[in-house]
Amino acid sequence: MSQSAARSVIPGFGITLGFSVLYLSLLFLLPVAGLVLFTFKMTWPEFWAAVSHPQVVASYKLSFLASFIGASINAVFGTLTAWVLVRYTFPGKKIVDALVDLPFALPTAVAGIALVTLYASTGWVGHYLDLFGIRVAYSEIGVVIALTYIGLPFVVRTVQPVLADFEKELEEASAALGASRLTTVRRVILPAILPALLTGYALAFARAVGEYGSVIFISGNMPYKTEITPLLIVAKAEQYDYNGAAAIGVVMLAAAFILLLMINGLQWWASRRG
Amino acid sequence: MSSLAQTQPALAAASLPKATAEPAWVKWTLVTVALTFLTLFLVLPLSVVLYGAFELGVKVWWDAITEPDALAAIRLTLFVLVIVVPLNAIFGIAIAWAIAKFEFKGKTLLISIIDMPFAISPVVVGLIFVILFGSQGWLGPWLSAHDIKIVFAVPGIIIVILFGTLPFVARELIPLMQQQGKEEEEASLTLGASGWKTFWYVTLPNIKWGLIYGVVLCNARAMGEFGAVAIVSGRIRGETNTMPLHIEVLYNEYMFTAAFAVSSLLTGLALVTIVIKSWVEYKDERRHKTA
Repeated sequence: MSQSAARSVIPGFGITLGFSVLYLSLLFLLPVAGLVLFTFKMTWPEFWAAVSHPQVVASYKLSFLASFIGASINAVFGTLTAWVLVRYTFPGKKIVDALVDLPFALPTAVAGIALVTLYASTGWVGHYLDLFGIRVAYSEIGVVIALTYIGLPFVVRTVQPVLADFEKELEEASAALGASRLTTVRRVILPAILPALLTGYALAFARAVGEYGSVIFISGNMPYKTEITPLLIVAKAEQYDYNGAAAIGVVMLAAAFILLLMINGLQWWASRRG
Repeated sequence: MSSLAQTQPALAAASLPKATAEPAWVKWTLVTVALTFLTLFLVLPLSVVLYGAFELGVKVWWDAITEPDALAAIRLTLFVLVIVVPLNAIFGIAIAWAIAKFEFKGKTLLISIIDMPFAISPVVVGLIFVILFGSQGWLGPWLSAHDIKIVFAVPGIIIVILFGTLPFVARELIPLMQQQGKEEEEASLTLGASGWKTFWYVTLPNIKWGLIYGVVLCNARAMGEFGAVAIVSGRIRGETNTMPLHIEVLYNEYMFTAAFAVSSLLTGLALVTIVIKSWVEYKDERRHKTA
């Protein structure tokens, strides 16, 4: 393998790869290893006590459940949005398409104060929800709203290209064989976009679990109720409880790593199917 | 199929419901549901920021962004950008060059590692560097003995933002350069051009748009980085508050108009980023059509 690099007429292999690996190691791999090693200084009971404290467990439950609900909302509405953007034409479509990327580009703190202003009981939307007795800001629903917002682009952007490349002949064949439109969508199109849909779902979920900025304003951060795990890490770090923060940090790192493996597996599956 | 289409009058085709399309009412219902969803989650948050920023007039907005603490936050944010964006752009070009132009062992692993900073919570990123450089951390005692301040100071902010925006340029360039292959560079080199010349006149024009978008996105994310900076900055007003941290301070002090005024600057930047992305995609599509 390395021989082909040596034989190539293109220069710069050693320097570009060397620089990249050095940069990644210094900035990323070594610091991450530093965090993991830091927790090794704790004894196992200490570590376990830090990561299984009831307040921390309550935050895991909220973070994972709210991320799950948010990603599920995005799976449904994201697929619908991708479908509408690929298959239909309507006025302003280009603007709508571009706007889908907003949660990628807008700083999370800005999104956070915008969402809480919107959904507080005095806000444009919260004001109406209040009439029905639904409280979004400073409740678990608020956390779900913020995590739905932050994961919105993922499903749309993974499903959209697959739908655009989907061969119309397959739909025609299905229709010619007598399938109704709904059956064609369910049995022909949906299976084709499933790997992309699951990848987008996992990406949205992974992003939501670690999200901080857009959540903390709308959640109200009540212990045992609306406190997400990343907030606990910040709180512990601010009280100089580095052991506690690092232990929870390692749990989140492990969760992120498992999710990443799943996403890679899904992408591999999707490319094999494609 | 085509002969059938010719024998069928166009009129009949138009009056029959198409087997591969939905009835109009289904279409418009789906469009309405999707647009309602996007309005609730994208258009309204955007509007509330701009409304909040200019509600009390342009003068109040201007005063909020030219007040000394706001200016200090803007200056610090721009200073961080000047360091972070070029470094991550150079890294992105270097790694994309190595991956796209050469075959080597561990390439797949390297590509997966680039994705990892995306998956790590910004809060954990901040924590990692507090533990590395903080007073109780690995290098803390050595740093304080040599009077070097990283955590709760500007260097710490720069490092976490470097980490947080590490993949953006690389992620844009790797697929682009892989897809373009290496024939053009090989031709240029075989004809006697130097490596630098080849990069400058052959590769760079080819990757120009992807690079521009990667840089713009890296720029937007660097300006907006919040969770990681919140941990390492120490929130010293006028000194280590970046724009997002300044927004948080203003919001927590119930200075909503000022918070939205500073937010409107970052929102404007986000909108510019989105416009550039659409433009780059449009250029890309056109190139594919003419090619």
